[in-house]
Amino acid sequence: MNLTLHVWRQTGPDTNGTMERYEARDVSPDMSFLEMLDVVNEGLVEAGQMPIAFDHDCREGICGSCGMMINGVAHGPSKGTATCQLHMRTFEDGASVYIEPWRSRAFPVIKDLVVNRGALDRIIAAGGFISAQTGGAQDANNIPVAKQDSDDAMDAAACIGCGACVAACPNGSASLFTAAKISHLGALPQGQPERNRRAQRMVLQMDSEGFGHCTLYGECQEACPKEISIDTIARMNRDFVGSTVAAREEKALGGTG
Amino acid sequence: MNSLVAFYRSTIGKKILMAVSGLIGIGFVILHMAGNLQVFIGQNKINSYGAMLHGPLAEVTWLLRLVLIVAVIVHVLMAYQLTQRSAAARPIDYQHRSPQVSTLASRTMKWGGILLLVFIVVHILHFTTEAIDPAGWRGMTDSQGHRDVYGNIVASFRIWWVALFYIVAMLALGLHLYHGAWASVRTLGFAKPSPHPLHRRIALVVAAIVWLGFTLVPVGVIAGIIR
Repeated sequence: MNLTLHVWRQTGPDTNGTMERYEARDVSPDMSFLEMLDVVNEGLVEAGQMPIAFDHDCREGICGSCGMMINGVAHGPSKGTATCQLHMRTFEDGASVYIEPWRSRAFPVIKDLVVNRGALDRIIAAGGFISAQTGGAQDANNIPVAKQDSDDAMDAAACIGCGACVAACPNGSASLFTAAKISHLGALPQGQPERNRRAQRMVLQMDSEGFGHCTLYGECQEACPKEISIDTIARMNRDFVGSTVAAREEKALGGTG
Repeated sequence: MNSLVAFYRSTIGKKILMAVSGLIGIGFVILHMAGNLQVFIGQNKINSYGAMLHGPLAEVTWLLRLVLIVAVIVHVLMAYQLTQRSAAARPIDYQHRSPQVSTLASRTMKWGGILLLVFIVVHILHFTTEAIDPAGWRGMTDSQGHRDVYGNIVASFRIWWVALFYIVAMLALGLHLYHGAWASVRTLGFAKPSPHPLHRRIALVVAAIVWLGFTLVPVGVIAGIIR
């Protein structure tokens, strides 16, 4: 199959980019989207041009490195898949494909389709962790966890931090990412000691990175390759309100704030 | 930083203020709609209801008005601040972006909201203060000496552009509530986890009832049921 690609090309963080047109010839329908780009890049290199830069690593949908806006949809048309797992058979022969990087003030473009998602790492660093016991490992099942809680935590923990939620959100909000991380730890007993502080710090970090607010469009949930539910956002909001109430109580008891 | 200040400055804090003020608004429009439907019972019923709100219940009316005024100010201010923030969150927009699941209602919250704000001002000037008086009904009273709300409704909605303005505004209200009644509950974290979190049956019922209840009045006048 043959495709016409319109790809965002930008040589560096401080330069202006443009959409460039490329012809992708003899594409196998069994290729992944990234393999198709690899083939296009080989042609570009042979022609003495700069290959299209894009992020990728595992290519099996679990690392969260890849991600691009394909025809206006984060990770392209297949539901619940990252770009690396998107196959060319989902496109029609002769189709035009528009490829753009994630667009967010918090995700500056490094080159072409590669963006800096360090903002997500800083949200994690602000509170996405639990206090760990030192010494020998505890016995398995020492701490009972309800089935529902463990399921909720696992569903939220599926987040691979690819940034598609931010990219797909009309508001450029990172609420689904932050909510997934808060829910993943907050649903488990091990996550309870820092639960309030975690919600408080991660939400404030999310805001300070310049992400937008959540209007519950639902686009993030649809774009998420791990199909994380917007129910996690309700939980994040509950925890954030809870952390504000707890901070007031602590202040009342301690007198210092 | 003081935790309440931090809460107010956060996007979630502002969204929660929007949700609470929005729910106050939903409660009000349901009451208002129920009051309006008395127009179908007759002139005496709705005029004496109006007289009751301004007479024996005047203090309660003013208390509710104060709550509503604060709610509207908070709702609009938070919407403005959050919209500004989100506009800044994507300085370079996509050349192609195709919405997948967001509803028309969710995408029209801003412009529908602005239309509703204009509507609220015009509506208060029309029926409460009677400063806008398309039907020439200012100061009219019925045989009981009550202000003739009924006559104003009938005379006003017989003017096509007045009826059209109200009908369009109520469509905007219905759409606003279809998203708002659902989203506010989720923003507040009350919504139970669901395998289909985007389904919004209760919001659909609330929006449909409010839209229908308000729209029946101008339509009733045009159809000649209310005369």
